[in-house]
Parts: sequence; C-alpha cells; structure tokens
Amino acid sequence: MTTAVAATKWTKKDLVGLRDLSREEIELILDTAKSLQEISLRPVKKVPTLRGKTIANIFFEPSTRTRISFELAEKRLSADTINIQAQTSSAVKGETLKDTIRNIEALKVEMVVMRHPASGAPHRLAKALDVSVINAGDGTNEHPTQALLDMFTIREKKGKLAGLRIAFIGDILHSRVARSNIWGLTKLGAQVVVCGPRTLLPSHVEELGVEVTTDLKKAIKGADVINLLRIQTERQKECYFPSIREYANLYQINKPVLENAKSDVLIMHPGPVNRGVEISSEVMDGPFSVILDQVTNGLSVRMAVLYLLSGVRNSGGEE
Amino acid sequence: MPNKIIMNSDEMNRSITRIAHEILEKNKDVKGLAIVGIRTGGAHLAERLIQKIKEFSKQEISSGILDITLYRDDLSEVGPQPNVKETKIDFDVTEKTIVLVDDVLFTGRTIRCALDGVIDYGRPKSIELAVLIDRGHRELPIKPDFVGKNIPTSRNEEVRVYFSEEHGKDEVIVEEIK
Repeated sequence: MTTAVAATKWTKKDLVGLRDLSREEIELILDTAKSLQEISLRPVKKVPTLRGKTIANIFFEPSTRTRISFELAEKRLSADTINIQAQTSSAVKGETLKDTIRNIEALKVEMVVMRHPASGAPHRLAKALDVSVINAGDGTNEHPTQALLDMFTIREKKGKLAGLRIAFIGDILHSRVARSNIWGLTKLGAQVVVCGPRTLLPSHVEELGVEVTTDLKKAIKGADVINLLRIQTERQKECYFPSIREYANLYQINKPVLENAKSDVLIMHPGPVNRGVEISSEVMDGPFSVILDQVTNGLSVRMAVLYLLSGVRNSGGEE
Repeated sequence: MPNKIIMNSDEMNRSITRIAHEILEKNKDVKGLAIVGIRTGGAHLAERLIQKIKEFSKQEISSGILDITLYRDDLSEVGPQPNVKETKIDFDVTEKTIVLVDDVLFTGRTIRCALDGVIDYGRPKSIELAVLIDRGHRELPIKPDFVGKNIPTSRNEEVRVYFSEEHGKDEVIVEEIK
C-alpha cells in the first residue's frame, strides 16, 4: 500500500475520538500501524522506542481485549505500565476521577489510557492534564482505537476504504464502536449503513451521513463489510426488544442470510461475541470472518497511537 | 558559498561498482551474505549494490530494508514524532554476514540504531558497514568497512546524496547550512 500522507505530522496530545481527527491524521495512524506490524512477527517482539516512559491503564469498566491489547502494545514499545481497575482503586472510596488521575500524574506518568462509563470523561481529563490521554472507550460516545483497528483490517483485506459499503448491524444506540467507526469511515470516503431494531437506532443518526434501515436484507445487500455489534443482553431488561430469540430471528447473521451478501464480504465483530445471538457459530468460524485478524491488528494500531502521541507534550494544563 | 558537486553520476557508479567488488572480495560465501539498506538513502544504495553483486557473482543474495526511527536516541525531545516506515527483513539473520548500507556516515548514531535493529532479528555471524560518503565527525566508535569516498566537511555543511530513483538524478553535493 502506498503511503500518501508522508508529509502529515502528528501534533495532538490526546486521542479522545475520531470526531476530532482529520482524514490525514487517521491515515497517518493507519500507515504507522502498517509499519509497526512486523515487530510482532520478530523473534524479539520489542523495540526500545518508549523506554523509560510510564503508561497508566485505568479501566473504570470491565475490559479484557482492549486492556490486554493496550498493555501488550505498551510492552512491545518498551514502556513501563501500571494497571488500575476501578473495583480495586480508591474510586470506590469516593475519590473523584480527576483526583485519581492527578495522583497518578504526580508519580510522573507520561500517558493515561482510560475507559470510563461516562461519555466525555476523557475529554475533560485531556483538558485538565498535561499528560497524553487515550480514550479506550467512554460511555456510548467513542472507542477510537477499536474503529481504527476495524478500518485497518478492512484496508488490509480490501486494499482501500473509499467507496466501500460498510454495514453495522445491532445495537447502534449504545455502541461507541459504531459511533467512532461512523466518524472515521465517512471521513475516509466509505459509505456506512446502520441497521437494527428501531429502538436500538439513535434518532437523527442519519445526520452523520449514514444510511439507516431496520431491514437486514437491505443493509447487507451490496455490503463489502458487515460489522456486527454485540447485543448487550443486559439491555434486554430495559425492554429495547421483546426477546433475544426474536432478535436472533430477525437480525442474526447466519449462513442463509449471507446468501444475499457479496461473495467476498468480510464479517467483523469487536467482541465479546454472543454466539448464536448476533452471529451463528458457523459464520463466526467461517471463511468470511476476520474477527481474529481484528484482534491481531489492534496491537499494531495501538502501538501506532502510543508512538505518535508520545512525541507531543502540553506546555501547560488548563482548568 | 555555492553548492559543491562532490560526485557526478559516473563517479557514483564507479564507487558503487568498486564497493560491490570489495564486498565480494571480503565475503567469498555469497549465500552467507545479506545486504541491508537503511532508509531511505541507504536503501537506494543497497539496491544498486545488490544488482551489481548478483551480476558479478551470478548468485542470488538475501536483502532487506531497515527503518531505524524506533531506535533513535533523540525521540524523547519535544516535537512531532518522525513518521515510521516499514522494516523488511524476510530472511533469517542468524549466522549470516550482514552488510549494513547507508549513503552518508556522519556521527555514527544512525548506525548504532541499525546495529540494535538488526540484532533484534537474531544473532548474525558478523555485521559490516558500507557507505558511499564518510564525512567524519563521529560521536560513537564506529568505523566503516567499505567507503566510496572520504570527504572532509565542517559541521555547518550538509552532504546530500541524490539517487535517480527518488530525485531524478545521481549526484553528491555539499552545501552550507544557513
């Protein structure tokens, strides 16, 4: 793949969302990730780039994939890492978010990777602190590194993003993955369609420049990529849809449904997967699925983000 | 002071040809040899050396391209990070003699990075260094094995090596930094 953005320089201290990035900045992250990919194939899977830097991973929400991926990316760049889970931190004793981070900053940490249940939490922190803040998922707002790794995976498999039709199926309303993807993909010239039960489609989502439908057949027709979102079964209690079984009947991606799809369609899922709900086991383990490639690519993408942000310092924090 | 042309296209070609012969003279076992160019100037030079070595020895030779950005010792200085390009070393470096190739040898810091980079791929039998221009001012104990031309320079001068693949012409010039 040619690198057309060689002239772009990274100047942002933080990565809070794809909403704030330009097309060139997104491409710079993807190109950098491509360059870093081979490090994970070496006998010694480590480069000294972030030696002596400390990165704090603070997760106020459960996460396996994202936390491990960030930690491994940090280690492959030789950074030192500390991990803080909300359940074991002073947050349960009533310490405010900002005070928790202030304390970590006083320990001379250079970067903070944070997941938080409140939308906008990383934006506030990024403004308040001198250190770099990376959003690892905030409420229902954004999950930028997931969208970047999705875009990277598509670019690897299809060679481009512009002009492709990408369908998101499932709970769009609560999905920060979908939201980040919509910002990123539309900037890079892809055509996005979102599909799910009416109750799980955010109102006015079409204003973001996407096609909206409740008809699965319509959504996957001509789609180059089908990106599935986890049906958050805990939401079922909130009566967004009548039953898991009905959801699976109407929106599950399985072999018969895929007969209407393109013959080279890619099936993606950010995980964790509910087998037999949003996707059948057959399709998940089948030839169209690139779900495990997404996990592998996540590492390179997060290494790229850490590398690029590590060069930028704030001259002074503002309140 | 106007730019001084140090080497023209013919002179560059003659130097590269001589270096290729010297590499073969020193390393009789072409199968155990690999040429690794340092991005970006060194990669162009390496490509030309590889062509000549293939031509003279009638044998294929392992090769690779190294991007040393991630190994730089000045990354923590404030400013945007330099863009990283791909490193491509597809062969097993263990027990190979690696010839590192760069266009200009100056402080030696790039070569230090490249040594670290190559060793992350395994344990080569030995590493040699080929450069087109040695301009002096070493800051590290590094000495080339194959040199196209030694050029005495002052620190406020810059040596530029142009390759037709990238710049449309083959030329080496020295210019004063203002």
